[in-house]
Amino acid sequence: MRRKEKFIEALLALCAGISVFTTVGILYVLVSESYGFFATVPLSEFLTDDQWTPLFADQHFGIMPLVAGTLLTTVIAIALALPVGLTIAIYLNEYAHPKLRKSVKPALEVLAAIPTVVYGYFALTVVTPFLQQIFPELAGFSALSAGLVMGVMIIPIISSLSEDALFAVPKSLREASYGMGATPFQTSFKVLVPAASSGIIVSVILAISRAVGETMIVAIAAGQQPNLTANPFVPIETITTYIVQVSTGDVERGSLEYKTIFAAGITLFIFTFILNNISFWIKKKFLQKYE
Amino acid sequence: MKIRSLILLMLSISFFACSDKKGGPPSISIDGSSTVFPVSEAVAEEFMAVNPNVRVTVGESGTGGGFSKFSNGKIDINDASRPIKSKEDSACKANNIAYESFMVAYDGMAIVVHPSNTWCNDITVEELKRLWEPSARDSIMTWNQIRSDWPVEQIRLFGPGTQSGTFDYFTEAIVGTAKECRTDYTASEDDNVLVQGVAADKNAFGYFGLAYYNNNKDKIKAVAVINPKSATPVLPSIETVKNKSYSPLSRPLFIYVTDLALERQEVRDFIQFYIDNCAKLSESVGYVSLSVEELSIEEAKLAKFLEAHPVKTAQ
Repeated sequence: MRRKEKFIEALLALCAGISVFTTVGILYVLVSESYGFFATVPLSEFLTDDQWTPLFADQHFGIMPLVAGTLLTTVIAIALALPVGLTIAIYLNEYAHPKLRKSVKPALEVLAAIPTVVYGYFALTVVTPFLQQIFPELAGFSALSAGLVMGVMIIPIISSLSEDALFAVPKSLREASYGMGATPFQTSFKVLVPAASSGIIVSVILAISRAVGETMIVAIAAGQQPNLTANPFVPIETITTYIVQVSTGDVERGSLEYKTIFAAGITLFIFTFILNNISFWIKKKFLQKYE
Repeated sequence: MKIRSLILLMLSISFFACSDKKGGPPSISIDGSSTVFPVSEAVAEEFMAVNPNVRVTVGESGTGGGFSKFSNGKIDINDASRPIKSKEDSACKANNIAYESFMVAYDGMAIVVHPSNTWCNDITVEELKRLWEPSARDSIMTWNQIRSDWPVEQIRLFGPGTQSGTFDYFTEAIVGTAKECRTDYTASEDDNVLVQGVAADKNAFGYFGLAYYNNNKDKIKAVAVINPKSATPVLPSIETVKNKSYSPLSRPLFIYVTDLALERQEVRDFIQFYIDNCAKLSESVGYVSLSVEELSIEEAKLAKFLEAHPVKTAQ
């Protein structure tokens, strides 16, 4: 009996270990491969050069154009997803009939189940031509189109998690607010949102880290041209797109050009790692306890 | 995050699990230029229909990528959209890889713009050079900088990725040195991405293989290139490539095969089949066939080689 228990415990520990080992393994590969890169290209050049052209004869290794592309699409996505997602969360929590809430919420989450490659082609073949009617100067590949569609994709992350956070606010707070004669609007924005702020902020940070790491949408619709710009109308390239471009292309394994994808990968990893830690920290620090 | 890592791990495991080889029926491995790929693929299909016991695999990792595998003896045949470079040749020599090359077809490169572009109908080689040379980066940005009566609007550039033979050939023919090129343009190894990009942008300007233009004539417009010798604008087409008036943006396509592979019966059969059928098959995929005289030269070259090197029977 005891032996059986031990066996099961070991099995469970092994399963839990897989994710840890994988993370450690990926980190190891990223660090060891990019070590070779940084032995050739100084970190200062990597961070300050304003051109990223590792595949051309005139090589420049400045990561900033890729970081700019990543941030630009992320900012556009959040600028759409935060107001829309939060509005949805408040509507569902405060205004919608409970029955409606029960059916709308899963429907919203379906948005998250659409494969991102579908979103990508949706951006390229539907959203871009539509936006070009409004902004004739918009290029065929652009940060704007990819960013907006990515925003739609991450709406459920924000609305769903925020809604959970709003829902978790104790009834007493809400009832006290109504008892003071507040309108539903005042109750939502003056009482519930501040009370649920830690959950809402966490949802936004998770959404940001999802947007930073998103690959297919930007690879298809945002272009493949590293561009240090804040102009949403022109083609850009994100870190993830660059990694896809090189790893599916013809770059010789082991060459300096090949190692650039690990340098780009570790940059991306650091970004999402920091974001995840911030969200963890906020969750702990700002969690408002009632009762 | 963690789920994604797990999937990555599983993918990499399955990748390694697939990489064992040897054994099984005779097989021929081809890699190299994505431009030659459609021809080789068509030949391979027809060949396997006649010889069902031989397996032919055709990859497309670019002329340069293919030659690096070729010079290591990892593949039997390399598709090349340009002749082998001296550096690649010495890599072959260093590994004791002797090889033969055969010309199989011609390809033209099309200069393309958006169909609603009314101003850009022809272009000279000098103008192309001014637009694409390295110093054009961040300086030649609007149409009127190429020709003064063209509009003062941003020009957006599309072209093949740096590993493709098309890129090498274009830069060599236009800029003067292979791989010397401005870097601020959308570069993709996937010609469909380029077609899509040019088709969606009224200020787009791009170049890629003629076959991709012929297959997408309804979405993009070709620009006539002024032949430097005759000073007349010539549109890219199968006829103008064949009669060599579309110059300098047309080029021969090659296959390279190692002598070692040519000692195997299935490879001899395949190359013979390739040369016998490349005229018909290259046209069916949108390229331009060699002339009858050119074909007979290649036939003779193969016959001479096969005679001098008898087949090695398998052990």
